[in-house]
Amino acid sequence: MPQPLNYLKETASQTAGPYVHIGLIPAMAGFDIFEKNFSNVLTTPDTQGERITLEGKVLDGTGTPLRDVLLEIWQANASGRYNHPADRSAGALSEEFRGWGRAGSDFESGLVTFETIKPGAIVDRAGRTCAPHVNVWIVARGINIGLNTRLYFSDEEAANAADPVLNLIEQPSRRSTLIAKRTERGGKVVYSFTINLQGPEETVFFDV
Amino acid sequence: MNAQAPALRDARLNRPEPLTPPLGDGGFFQRDRSIHPPAHAPGYKSSVLRSPRQALLSLEGSISEITGPVFGHNDLGPLDNDLIRNYAKDGDPIGERIVVHGRVVDETGRGVPNTLVEFWQANAGGRYRHKKDTYLAPIDPNFGGCGRALTDDTGYYYFRTVKPGPYPWRNYVNSWRPAHIHFSVFGSGFAQRLITQMYFEGDPLIPICPILTTIPDKDALDRLVAPLDLNASTPFDSLAYRFDIVLRGQRSTYFENRTAGN
Repeated sequence: MPQPLNYLKETASQTAGPYVHIGLIPAMAGFDIFEKNFSNVLTTPDTQGERITLEGKVLDGTGTPLRDVLLEIWQANASGRYNHPADRSAGALSEEFRGWGRAGSDFESGLVTFETIKPGAIVDRAGRTCAPHVNVWIVARGINIGLNTRLYFSDEEAANAADPVLNLIEQPSRRSTLIAKRTERGGKVVYSFTINLQGPEETVFFDV
Repeated sequence: MNAQAPALRDARLNRPEPLTPPLGDGGFFQRDRSIHPPAHAPGYKSSVLRSPRQALLSLEGSISEITGPVFGHNDLGPLDNDLIRNYAKDGDPIGERIVVHGRVVDETGRGVPNTLVEFWQANAGGRYRHKKDTYLAPIDPNFGGCGRALTDDTGYYYFRTVKPGPYPWRNYVNSWRPAHIHFSVFGSGFAQRLITQMYFEGDPLIPICPILTTIPDKDALDRLVAPLDLNASTPFDSLAYRFDIVLRGQRSTYFENRTAGN
Protein backbone atom coordinates (compact mmCIF):
# COMPACT_ATOMS: atom_id res chain seq x y z
CA MET A 1 0.00 0.00 0.00
CA PRO A 2 1.39 3.41 -0.86
CA GLN A 3 1.33 6.19 1.71
CA PRO A 4 -2.11 7.73 2.17
CA LEU A 5 -2.53 11.27 0.85
CA ASN A 6 -5.03 12.28 3.53
CA TYR A 7 -6.59 15.22 1.81
CA LEU A 8 -9.87 16.30 3.32
CA LYS A 9 -13.03 16.37 1.22
CA GLU A 10 -14.81 19.62 0.48
CA THR A 11 -18.00 20.12 2.47
CA ALA A 12 -21.00 19.20 0.30
CA SER A 13 -23.10 22.03 -1.08
CA GLN A 14 -26.78 22.40 -0.24
CA THR A 15 -29.39 24.68 -1.77
CA ALA A 16 -29.65 28.20 -0.38
CA GLY A 17 -33.40 27.63 -0.15
CA PRO A 18 -36.28 30.08 -0.56
CA TYR A 19 -35.40 32.06 2.57
CA VAL A 20 -31.80 32.88 1.68
CA HIS A 21 -32.65 36.57 2.15
CA ILE A 22 -32.85 36.17 5.92
CA GLY A 23 -29.18 35.44 6.14
CA LEU A 24 -27.74 37.40 3.26
CA ILE A 25 -30.16 40.31 2.59
CA PRO A 26 -32.38 40.55 5.70
CA ALA A 27 -34.07 43.74 4.50
CA MET A 28 -35.61 41.73 1.65
CA ALA A 29 -36.95 39.16 4.13
CA GLY A 30 -38.73 42.07 5.80
CA PHE A 31 -36.67 43.08 8.82
CA ASP A 32 -33.76 45.17 9.94
CA ILE A 33 -31.11 43.54 12.13
CA PHE A 34 -27.49 44.42 11.23
CA GLU A 35 -25.87 47.81 11.64
CA LYS A 36 -24.04 47.30 8.36
CA ASN A 37 -25.46 45.52 5.35
CA PHE A 38 -24.08 44.26 2.09
CA SER A 39 -25.88 45.41 -1.01
CA ASN A 40 -26.13 45.57 -4.78
CA VAL A 41 -24.37 48.96 -4.89
CA LEU A 42 -20.64 48.46 -5.40
CA THR A 43 -19.75 52.09 -5.90
CA THR A 44 -19.07 54.95 -3.52
CA PRO A 45 -18.88 58.61 -4.58
CA ASP A 46 -15.09 58.17 -4.84
CA THR A 47 -15.12 55.16 -7.15
CA GLN A 48 -13.26 55.73 -10.40
CA GLY A 49 -14.75 54.47 -13.63
CA GLU A 50 -17.79 54.53 -15.85
CA ARG A 51 -20.98 54.12 -13.79
CA ILE A 52 -23.16 51.32 -15.09
CA THR A 53 -26.28 49.44 -14.09
CA LEU A 54 -26.35 45.68 -14.62
CA GLU A 55 -29.92 44.53 -15.00
CA GLY A 56 -31.31 41.13 -15.80
CA LYS A 57 -33.29 38.04 -14.97
CA VAL A 58 -32.64 34.36 -14.39
CA LEU A 59 -35.10 32.12 -16.24
CA ASP A 60 -36.06 28.53 -15.45
CA GLY A 61 -36.65 25.76 -17.98
CA THR A 62 -40.10 27.14 -18.88
CA GLY A 63 -38.78 30.68 -19.43
CA THR A 64 -40.28 31.93 -16.17
CA PRO A 65 -38.14 34.36 -14.16
CA LEU A 66 -36.85 33.09 -10.80
CA ARG A 67 -38.27 35.40 -8.17
CA ASP A 68 -36.26 34.02 -5.28
CA VAL A 69 -32.77 33.94 -6.79
CA LEU A 70 -29.68 35.57 -5.30
CA LEU A 71 -26.73 36.73 -7.39
CA GLU A 72 -23.30 37.82 -6.31
CA ILE A 73 -20.85 39.58 -8.60
CA TRP A 74 -17.06 39.88 -8.30
CA GLN A 75 -15.14 42.18 -10.57
CA ALA A 76 -11.97 44.14 -11.15
CA ASN A 77 -11.82 47.91 -10.89
CA ALA A 78 -11.64 50.30 -13.85
CA SER A 79 -7.91 49.55 -14.18
CA GLY A 80 -8.51 45.82 -14.45
CA ARG A 81 -7.17 45.08 -10.96
CA TYR A 82 -8.93 42.88 -8.41
CA ASN A 83 -8.90 44.10 -4.81
CA HIS A 84 -7.17 40.94 -3.57
CA PRO A 85 -3.57 40.16 -2.60
CA ALA A 86 -3.22 37.41 -5.23
CA ASP A 87 -3.70 39.96 -8.04
CA ARG A 88 -0.21 41.36 -8.64
CA SER A 89 -0.96 42.86 -12.03
CA ALA A 90 0.15 46.35 -12.93
CA GLY A 91 -3.21 48.13 -12.81
CA ALA A 92 -3.78 50.69 -10.05
CA LEU A 93 -5.54 49.33 -6.97
CA SER A 94 -8.59 51.16 -5.58
CA GLU A 95 -8.64 50.41 -1.86
CA GLU A 96 -12.21 51.67 -1.40
CA PHE A 97 -13.66 49.56 -4.21
CA ARG A 98 -14.20 46.03 -2.92
CA GLY A 99 -15.52 44.83 -6.26
CA TRP A 100 -18.19 42.59 -4.80
CA GLY A 101 -21.91 42.89 -4.29
CA ARG A 102 -25.04 40.79 -3.90
CA ALA A 103 -28.64 41.22 -5.00
CA GLY A 104 -31.88 39.32 -4.66
CA SER A 105 -34.37 39.29 -7.50
CA ASP A 106 -37.55 41.31 -7.15
CA PHE A 107 -40.27 39.10 -5.63
CA GLU A 108 -42.74 40.12 -8.37
CA SER A 109 -40.75 40.70 -11.57
CA GLY A 110 -37.63 38.64 -10.93
CA LEU A 111 -35.47 41.60 -11.94
CA VAL A 112 -31.93 41.73 -10.51
CA THR A 113 -29.91 44.95 -10.58
CA PHE A 114 -26.41 46.06 -9.59
CA GLU A 115 -24.99 49.57 -9.51
CA THR A 116 -21.31 49.36 -10.31
CA ILE A 117 -18.58 50.49 -12.69
CA LYS A 118 -17.43 48.90 -15.88
CA PRO A 119 -14.29 46.89 -15.09
CA GLY A 120 -11.12 47.30 -17.10
CA ALA A 121 -9.50 44.61 -19.23
CA ILE A 122 -7.63 42.05 -17.14
CA VAL A 123 -4.18 40.63 -17.70
CA ASP A 124 -4.28 36.99 -16.64
CA ARG A 125 -1.50 35.02 -15.03
CA ALA A 126 -0.16 33.87 -18.37
CA GLY A 127 0.11 37.50 -19.49
CA ARG A 128 -2.87 37.34 -21.84
CA THR A 129 -5.31 40.23 -22.00
CA CYS A 130 -8.89 39.26 -21.14
CA ALA A 131 -11.94 41.22 -22.14
CA PRO A 132 -13.63 43.20 -19.35
CA HIS A 133 -16.05 40.95 -17.48
CA VAL A 134 -17.98 40.51 -14.28
CA ASN A 135 -17.99 37.14 -12.50
CA VAL A 136 -21.42 35.95 -11.40
CA TRP A 137 -22.43 33.36 -8.81
CA ILE A 138 -26.06 32.21 -8.62
CA VAL A 139 -27.90 30.45 -5.78
CA ALA A 140 -31.59 29.78 -5.15
CA ARG A 141 -34.12 27.24 -4.09
CA GLY A 142 -33.73 24.31 -6.48
CA ILE A 143 -30.08 25.12 -7.26
CA ASN A 144 -28.08 22.46 -5.44
CA ILE A 145 -24.66 23.97 -5.97
CA GLY A 146 -23.90 27.59 -6.83
CA LEU A 147 -23.61 28.31 -10.57
CA ASN A 148 -20.65 30.27 -11.91
CA THR A 149 -20.92 32.33 -15.06
CA ARG A 150 -19.65 35.65 -16.44
CA LEU A 151 -21.01 38.79 -18.03
CA TYR A 152 -19.10 40.43 -20.88
CA PHE A 153 -20.02 43.73 -22.53
CA SER A 154 -21.62 44.15 -25.96
CA ASP A 155 -19.59 47.26 -26.83
CA GLU A 156 -16.28 45.35 -26.43
CA GLU A 157 -16.55 43.40 -29.66
CA ALA A 158 -12.84 43.28 -30.48
CA ALA A 159 -11.81 42.39 -26.92
CA ASN A 160 -14.52 39.75 -26.69
CA ALA A 161 -13.41 38.19 -29.97
CA ALA A 162 -9.90 37.80 -28.55
CA ASP A 163 -10.90 36.72 -25.04
CA PRO A 164 -9.31 33.39 -24.07
CA VAL A 165 -12.29 32.22 -22.04
CA LEU A 166 -14.97 33.12 -24.59
CA ASN A 167 -12.85 31.31 -27.17
CA LEU A 168 -12.99 28.14 -25.11
CA ILE A 169 -16.69 27.96 -25.94
CA GLU A 170 -16.95 25.76 -28.99
CA GLN A 171 -20.22 27.08 -30.38
CA PRO A 172 -20.18 30.79 -31.28
CA SER A 173 -23.91 30.96 -30.60
CA ARG A 174 -23.31 29.95 -26.99
CA ARG A 175 -20.72 32.71 -26.50
CA SER A 176 -23.51 35.23 -26.95
CA THR A 177 -25.23 33.91 -23.80
CA LEU A 178 -22.54 35.74 -21.79
CA ILE A 179 -22.81 39.15 -23.48
CA ALA A 180 -24.74 41.89 -21.69
CA LYS A 181 -26.30 44.43 -24.05
CA ARG A 182 -25.52 48.10 -23.63
CA THR A 183 -28.29 50.66 -23.76
CA GLU A 184 -28.70 54.17 -22.42
CA ARG A 185 -31.76 55.08 -20.42
CA GLY A 186 -32.30 58.58 -19.07
CA GLY A 187 -28.61 59.35 -19.29
CA LYS A 188 -27.63 56.15 -17.47
CA VAL A 189 -25.72 53.27 -19.01
CA VAL A 190 -27.56 49.99 -18.56
CA TYR A 191 -26.26 46.56 -19.49
CA SER A 192 -29.06 43.99 -19.78
CA PHE A 193 -28.61 40.27 -19.42
CA THR A 194 -30.69 37.08 -19.36
CA ILE A 195 -29.44 33.94 -17.69
CA ASN A 196 -31.21 30.82 -18.98
CA LEU A 197 -30.84 27.83 -16.70
CA GLN A 198 -32.05 25.44 -19.41
CA GLY A 199 -33.23 25.29 -22.99
CA PRO A 200 -31.78 26.10 -26.41
CA GLU A 201 -30.43 29.40 -25.09
CA GLU A 202 -28.90 27.84 -21.96
CA THR A 203 -26.24 30.13 -20.51
CA VAL A 204 -22.69 28.85 -20.35
CA PHE A 205 -21.81 27.91 -16.78
CA PHE A 206 -18.27 27.22 -15.63
CA ASP A 207 -16.56 24.62 -13.50
CA VAL A 208 -14.05 27.04 -12.00
CA MET B 1 -16.46 32.07 25.56
CA ASN B 2 -13.04 30.68 24.88
CA ALA B 3 -11.93 31.72 21.42
CA GLN B 4 -8.99 29.31 21.48
CA ALA B 5 -9.48 26.77 18.71
CA PRO B 6 -10.17 23.37 20.26
CA ALA B 7 -9.12 20.07 18.71
CA LEU B 8 -11.06 18.94 15.67
CA ARG B 9 -13.21 15.85 15.59
CA ASP B 10 -11.63 14.55 12.41
CA ALA B 11 -8.07 13.73 13.38
CA ARG B 12 -6.82 14.64 9.92
CA LEU B 13 -7.88 18.21 10.55
CA ASN B 14 -5.28 18.36 13.33
CA ARG B 15 -2.33 17.62 11.08
CA PRO B 16 0.49 19.80 12.46
CA GLU B 17 2.22 20.47 9.12
CA PRO B 18 0.53 21.74 6.00
CA LEU B 19 0.65 19.15 3.26
CA THR B 20 1.71 21.60 0.58
CA PRO B 21 4.22 24.47 0.52
CA PRO B 22 3.02 27.98 1.39
CA LEU B 23 0.29 29.45 -0.76
CA GLY B 24 1.28 30.49 -4.21
CA ASP B 25 -0.74 31.95 -7.03
CA GLY B 26 -2.16 28.55 -7.86
CA GLY B 27 -5.72 27.77 -8.74
CA PHE B 28 -7.88 25.62 -6.53
CA PHE B 29 -7.98 21.86 -6.45
CA GLN B 30 -10.47 20.52 -8.94
CA ARG B 31 -13.89 20.31 -7.34
CA ASP B 32 -14.87 16.68 -6.71
CA ARG B 33 -18.43 16.88 -7.93
CA SER B 34 -19.14 13.26 -6.98
CA ILE B 35 -19.60 14.34 -3.36
CA HIS B 36 -21.90 17.25 -4.20
CA PRO B 37 -25.57 16.96 -5.11
CA PRO B 38 -26.10 16.91 -8.88
CA ALA B 39 -27.84 19.97 -10.31
CA HIS B 40 -30.71 17.79 -11.51
CA ALA B 41 -31.99 15.76 -8.55
CA PRO B 42 -35.63 14.84 -9.32
CA GLY B 43 -36.41 13.83 -5.72
CA TYR B 44 -35.97 17.52 -4.88
CA LYS B 45 -38.61 18.75 -7.28
CA SER B 46 -37.53 22.40 -7.42
CA SER B 47 -34.27 21.31 -9.04
CA VAL B 48 -35.96 19.91 -12.14
CA LEU B 49 -36.52 23.23 -13.95
CA ARG B 50 -33.59 25.02 -12.33
CA SER B 51 -30.74 22.70 -13.30
CA PRO B 52 -28.46 23.35 -16.27
CA ARG B 53 -28.36 20.44 -18.72
CA GLN B 54 -25.24 21.34 -20.72
CA ALA B 55 -21.79 20.32 -19.51
CA LEU B 56 -20.02 22.92 -17.39
CA LEU B 57 -17.10 24.56 -19.15
CA SER B 58 -13.87 23.92 -17.23
CA LEU B 59 -11.64 26.88 -16.36
CA GLU B 60 -8.27 26.12 -14.84
CA GLY B 61 -8.36 28.88 -12.26
CA SER B 62 -7.96 32.29 -13.85
CA ILE B 63 -7.19 35.38 -11.81
CA SER B 64 -10.94 36.07 -11.78
CA GLU B 65 -11.61 32.95 -9.70
CA ILE B 66 -8.56 32.66 -7.44
CA THR B 67 -9.32 36.14 -6.12
CA GLY B 68 -12.43 37.03 -4.14
CA PRO B 69 -13.83 39.66 -1.81
CA VAL B 70 -11.99 40.44 1.41
CA PHE B 71 -13.97 41.25 4.56
CA GLY B 72 -12.93 42.70 7.90
CA HIS B 73 -14.24 43.38 11.37
CA ASN B 74 -15.46 46.77 10.14
CA ASP B 75 -18.13 44.94 8.16
CA LEU B 76 -19.64 43.41 11.30
CA GLY B 77 -21.41 44.65 14.41
CA PRO B 78 -20.65 43.47 17.97
CA LEU B 79 -23.76 41.26 18.28
CA ASP B 80 -23.64 39.74 14.83
CA ASN B 81 -22.64 36.28 16.11
CA ASP B 82 -25.13 36.26 19.00
CA LEU B 83 -28.56 35.27 17.67
CA ILE B 84 -29.93 35.18 21.21
CA ARG B 85 -29.28 38.92 21.57
CA ASN B 86 -29.08 40.41 18.10
CA TYR B 87 -32.85 40.75 17.65
CA ALA B 88 -34.02 40.59 21.29
CA LYS B 89 -36.78 43.15 21.93
CA ASP B 90 -38.20 42.36 25.37
CA GLY B 91 -36.50 39.11 26.38
CA ASP B 92 -34.65 36.08 25.09
CA PRO B 93 -35.94 33.97 22.20
CA ILE B 94 -37.80 30.75 23.00
CA GLY B 95 -35.90 27.52 22.49
CA GLU B 96 -32.93 25.37 23.40
CA ARG B 97 -29.88 27.59 23.85
CA ILE B 98 -26.93 26.28 21.84
CA VAL B 99 -23.46 27.30 20.73
CA VAL B 100 -22.32 26.24 17.27
CA HIS B 101 -18.59 26.30 16.68
CA GLY B 102 -15.94 24.84 14.43
CA ARG B 103 -13.17 25.56 12.02
CA VAL B 104 -13.14 26.53 8.38
CA VAL B 105 -10.21 24.69 6.79
CA ASP B 106 -9.22 23.83 3.24
CA GLU B 107 -8.68 20.37 1.77
CA THR B 108 -5.07 20.36 2.99
CA GLY B 109 -6.27 20.89 6.57
CA ARG B 110 -4.98 24.45 6.70
CA GLY B 111 -7.22 26.92 8.55
CA VAL B 112 -8.90 29.58 6.43
CA PRO B 113 -8.36 32.79 8.44
CA ASN B 114 -10.43 35.99 8.42
CA THR B 115 -13.11 34.62 6.18
CA LEU B 116 -16.76 35.61 6.38
CA VAL B 117 -19.23 32.98 7.61
CA GLU B 118 -22.94 33.83 7.49
CA PHE B 119 -25.74 31.71 8.95
CA TRP B 120 -29.53 31.77 9.02
CA GLN B 121 -32.25 29.54 10.37
CA ALA B 122 -35.86 29.06 11.44
CA ASN B 123 -36.87 29.71 15.04
CA ALA B 124 -37.49 26.99 17.64
CA GLY B 125 -40.95 26.35 16.17
CA GLY B 126 -39.67 25.94 12.63
CA ARG B 127 -40.83 29.36 11.37
CA TYR B 128 -38.63 31.75 9.41
CA ARG B 129 -38.79 35.50 9.85
CA HIS B 130 -39.44 35.95 6.15
CA LYS B 131 -42.34 37.58 4.38
CA LYS B 132 -42.74 34.51 2.15
CA ASP B 133 -42.93 31.96 4.99
CA THR B 134 -46.56 31.23 5.88
CA TYR B 135 -46.12 28.18 8.16
CA LEU B 136 -48.60 28.30 11.05
CA ALA B 137 -45.92 28.15 13.78
CA PRO B 138 -45.56 31.63 15.30
CA ILE B 139 -42.86 34.21 14.69
CA ASP B 140 -40.74 34.72 17.81
CA PRO B 141 -40.71 38.46 18.57
CA ASN B 142 -37.19 38.17 20.01
CA PHE B 143 -35.57 36.14 17.26
CA GLY B 144 -34.31 37.34 13.89
CA GLY B 145 -32.61 34.12 12.83
CA CYS B 146 -29.43 35.33 11.18
CA GLY B 147 -25.87 36.19 12.07
CA ARG B 148 -22.31 36.24 10.82
CA ALA B 149 -18.74 35.93 12.01
CA LEU B 150 -15.19 36.24 10.75
CA THR B 151 -12.93 33.27 11.38
CA ASP B 152 -9.85 33.93 13.52
CA ASP B 153 -6.24 33.28 12.52
CA THR B 154 -6.76 29.52 12.77
CA GLY B 155 -10.07 29.43 10.88
CA TYR B 156 -12.14 29.12 14.07
CA TYR B 157 -15.63 30.60 14.35
CA TYR B 158 -18.48 30.39 16.85
CA PHE B 159 -21.94 31.76 17.41
CA ARG B 160 -24.81 31.43 19.87
CA THR B 161 -28.42 30.75 18.95
CA VAL B 162 -31.46 28.62 19.75
CA LYS B 163 -31.90 25.26 18.11
CA PRO B 164 -34.16 25.57 15.04
CA GLY B 165 -37.27 23.41 14.69
CA PRO B 166 -38.22 21.13 11.78
CA TYR B 167 -40.92 22.36 9.42
CA PRO B 168 -43.11 21.07 6.58
CA TRP B 169 -42.60 22.09 2.95
CA ARG B 170 -44.11 21.41 -0.43
CA ASN B 171 -42.17 18.65 -2.11
CA TYR B 172 -43.97 15.41 -1.46
CA VAL B 173 -47.38 15.71 0.22
CA ASN B 174 -45.85 15.25 3.65
CA SER B 175 -42.22 16.41 3.45
CA TRP B 176 -40.47 17.86 6.50
CA ARG B 177 -37.08 19.45 6.74
CA PRO B 178 -34.85 18.20 9.55
CA ALA B 179 -33.71 20.95 11.90
CA HIS B 180 -30.90 22.79 10.13
CA ILE B 181 -28.85 25.95 9.96
CA HIS B 182 -27.86 27.44 6.60
CA PHE B 183 -24.20 28.45 6.16
CA SER B 184 -22.59 30.72 3.59
CA VAL B 185 -18.77 30.75 3.43
CA PHE B 186 -16.38 32.72 1.23
CA GLY B 187 -12.79 31.48 1.53
CA SER B 188 -9.99 33.43 -0.12
CA GLY B 189 -11.07 33.02 -3.75
CA PHE B 190 -14.44 33.24 -5.49
CA ALA B 191 -14.00 29.61 -6.62
CA GLN B 192 -14.28 28.53 -2.96
CA ARG B 193 -17.67 30.17 -2.46
CA LEU B 194 -20.00 27.68 -0.79
CA ILE B 195 -23.48 27.50 0.67
CA THR B 196 -24.45 24.48 2.72
CA GLN B 197 -26.65 23.38 5.62
CA MET B 198 -25.74 21.98 9.03
CA TYR B 199 -27.91 19.28 10.62
CA PHE B 200 -28.10 17.96 14.18
CA GLU B 201 -26.92 14.56 15.38
CA GLY B 202 -29.75 12.13 16.02
CA ASP B 203 -32.49 13.87 14.02
CA PRO B 204 -34.83 11.14 12.65
CA LEU B 205 -35.79 13.34 9.66
CA ILE B 206 -32.24 13.29 8.25
CA PRO B 207 -32.44 10.01 6.28
CA ILE B 208 -35.76 10.92 4.63
CA CYS B 209 -35.04 14.54 3.70
CA PRO B 210 -35.39 15.05 -0.08
CA ILE B 211 -32.84 17.87 -0.01
CA LEU B 212 -30.22 16.18 2.16
CA THR B 213 -30.49 12.96 0.21
CA THR B 214 -29.60 14.73 -3.04
CA ILE B 215 -26.03 14.16 -1.80
CA PRO B 216 -24.90 10.93 -3.48
CA ASP B 217 -22.05 10.15 -1.08
CA LYS B 218 -22.92 8.80 2.39
CA ASP B 219 -19.75 10.14 4.01
CA ALA B 220 -20.28 13.59 2.50
CA LEU B 221 -23.83 13.58 3.87
CA ASP B 222 -22.62 12.52 7.32
CA ARG B 223 -20.14 15.40 7.36
CA LEU B 224 -23.08 17.83 7.33
CA VAL B 225 -24.36 16.39 10.61
CA ALA B 226 -22.97 18.24 13.63
CA PRO B 227 -22.35 16.12 16.74
CA LEU B 228 -23.25 17.22 20.22
CA ASP B 229 -20.06 18.62 21.76
CA LEU B 230 -20.62 18.33 25.50
CA ASN B 231 -17.13 19.55 26.33
CA ALA B 232 -17.85 22.84 24.60
CA SER B 233 -21.19 23.31 26.34
CA THR B 234 -21.69 25.70 29.24
CA PRO B 235 -23.23 24.07 32.36
CA PHE B 236 -26.68 25.45 33.20
CA ASP B 237 -26.59 27.67 30.12
CA SER B 238 -26.27 26.02 26.70
CA LEU B 239 -25.35 22.88 24.81
CA ALA B 240 -22.83 23.02 21.96
CA TYR B 241 -22.60 21.50 18.50
CA ARG B 242 -19.45 21.20 16.44
CA PHE B 243 -19.48 21.95 12.72
CA ASP B 244 -16.25 22.03 10.71
CA ILE B 245 -16.37 23.27 7.13
CA VAL B 246 -13.89 22.25 4.43
CA LEU B 247 -13.32 24.53 1.44
CA ARG B 248 -11.35 23.64 -1.67
CA GLY B 249 -7.58 23.52 -1.33
CA GLN B 250 -5.27 25.70 -3.35
CA ARG B 251 -2.53 24.49 -5.64
CA SER B 252 0.90 25.83 -4.87
CA THR B 253 3.25 27.49 -7.26
CA TYR B 254 6.44 25.46 -7.03
CA PHE B 255 8.26 27.37 -9.73
CA GLU B 256 7.92 30.80 -11.30
CA ASN B 257 5.08 31.11 -13.77
CA ARG B 258 5.93 31.62 -17.40
CA THR B 259 6.25 35.27 -18.19
CA ALA B 260 4.14 37.05 -20.75
CA GLY B 261 4.63 35.92 -24.30
CA ASN B 262 6.32 32.60 -23.55
